Amino acid sequence: MILFSIITPIFLLETSGAMTGAAVIAALYVFALAAFLGYQVISRVPPLLHTPLMSATNAISGISLVGSIVIAGGTGPHHSKVAMILGFIAVVCSTTNVVGGFVITDRMLRMFKRKK
Amino acid sequence: MVWQTYFIEFSYLLASILFILGLKGLSHPETAKRGMHMAEFGMLLAIIGTLMHFEIVSYTWIIVGLLFGSTLGIAMGLWVPMTAMPQRTALSHAFGAFAAALVGIAEYYSYTHGFKPLADLDHVKMGAMGFEILLGSLTTTGSLIAFGKLQGILPGQPLVYRGQNIFNMSLLAVTIGLFIYLIFVPTAVIPFYIMLGLAFVFGVLLVLPIGSADMPVVMSLLNSYAGLASAATGFVLGNNVLIIAGTLDGFSGFILSILMCRAMNRSITNVLFGAFGSAATAPIGEGQQGVMREVGLEDIAVQMAYASKVIFVPGYGLATAQAQHAVRELANVLESRGVTVKYGIHPVAGRMPGHMNVLLAEANVPYSQLYELEQINPEFPTTDVAVVIGANDVVNPDARDNPSSPIAGMPILEVDHAKSVVVLKRGQGKGFSGLENPLFFKPVTGMLYGDAKDTLTKLVSAVQHA
Repeated sequence: MILFSIITPIFLLETSGAMTGAAVIAALYVFALAAFLGYQVISRVPPLLHTPLMSATNAISGISLVGSIVIAGGTGPHHSKVAMILGFIAVVCSTTNVVGGFVITDRMLRMFKRKK
Repeated sequence: MVWQTYFIEFSYLLASILFILGLKGLSHPETAKRGMHMAEFGMLLAIIGTLMHFEIVSYTWIIVGLLFGSTLGIAMGLWVPMTAMPQRTALSHAFGAFAAALVGIAEYYSYTHGFKPLADLDHVKMGAMGFEILLGSLTTTGSLIAFGKLQGILPGQPLVYRGQNIFNMSLLAVTIGLFIYLIFVPTAVIPFYIMLGLAFVFGVLLVLPIGSADMPVVMSLLNSYAGLASAATGFVLGNNVLIIAGTLDGFSGFILSILMCRAMNRSITNVLFGAFGSAATAPIGEGQQGVMREVGLEDIAVQMAYASKVIFVPGYGLATAQAQHAVRELANVLESRGVTVKYGIHPVAGRMPGHMNVLLAEANVPYSQLYELEQINPEFPTTDVAVVIGANDVVNPDARDNPSSPIAGMPILEVDHAKSVVVLKRGQGKGFSGLENPLFFKPVTGMLYGDAKDTLTKLVSAVQHA
């Protein structure tokens, strides 16, 4: 149910272009529902796994990579060189974050064992 | 919509679901690995989807960036030791936030330099962009300062000066003032760059006055900001997967900050602006409490060898001494003699949430032996030996008994209820917060000075021969 309520507004949004009033409202819906869901999911994570939680959410928020990619690729009829360079640096930073975050989370989680 | 757009949107949708399922997996160590694989797959989908974007002109820099970033990420992921986990996390908060800030700057630049129609830069978009850039840039520099403190490049003590809070507050007020101005006049280029610069400066000033012992809260807060910066990026780009992933991260950090503050019985405001542990606020020890009793290694070894239950209480000192493997060895020897061994973990022990758990897990301590504060406290009265390794404030009985103590009301591990307490400590100095710890003066407590790793290794052989 919760998932569905998040999914629905996704189809209401276009990928690019100016944000219309409706799109902003839809984005706010997504934000509010994600916040609610995040609270529910994350308060169930035991203190035992708080470090992996932090590195995992960190890796996941490296999803800003998808924004950086589009900018580094120079979209639009006439794209800006400056924006592309900034986009490139952003791609490097967020890729480091995503890959490093997941690698280290995996490494940590492999260490948690129930018995010797 | 063209077919690519459907493909991209669908990959983002799947990625969002996989991220949520991935975090849900973290509710138990058994399901955590599978959860993370789902999240990783989701990320891959989202990246592949994005590469399909029909507007992309050139892939050169994208590919170079992806390869370079992956190499850097894998190198960092594989070679960073577990003891350096707080530093690494701080650094990756900086990276994530910096990326978000850069995306914001690039967007703003494209609008104001005629690469994108200026008419699209409306108040709403500027608002989202402002949030993105403010949070992104202050988190970048704040995290770098946190990294410097954790790595020991910068002094761990809070850096304070007269009028600091007023200065910081005014700086923040000016920055926010510029932000509000920009919402009404999005084309004001110069105020935009001033705001950007001030946000970078504010990040530095925000973290400088915070002491190392408060790092768990700061790390969680920066985690939250980095996530919210990503979410704001989502608003700017009209991209839902960014909003969802960023919000999840933001709320995770927020929840962790609250948990950490509760574990210290302090408010977030107090942590951020209280400059705890600085010379200015640390009370002078009231010349109290007599002598610390130093005990012999052999005596302790015998006590432990013939105990029926031993509880280890680790603190940040365990990490600095890299003593996690030595603890595990000692526990092994004790267990082979039939002693029950448990570990009591305070939520703010170490420099980030869950720091001690990861260290002990690295040393192959099964997680079924790691106990939280509420679980382990009732067990101390039936414990023969409680061993405090490099922890101080989290076992300070003043927090419970002395209402005038600066840490009054902070929940502690009540080791002083055990039949015998051994404190492993580097020297006779005070803990990080500069507070006297009456635990060290109690008749039940014995002190073992020296490097924790060294002492523990000696205890292993002493117990074997007991």
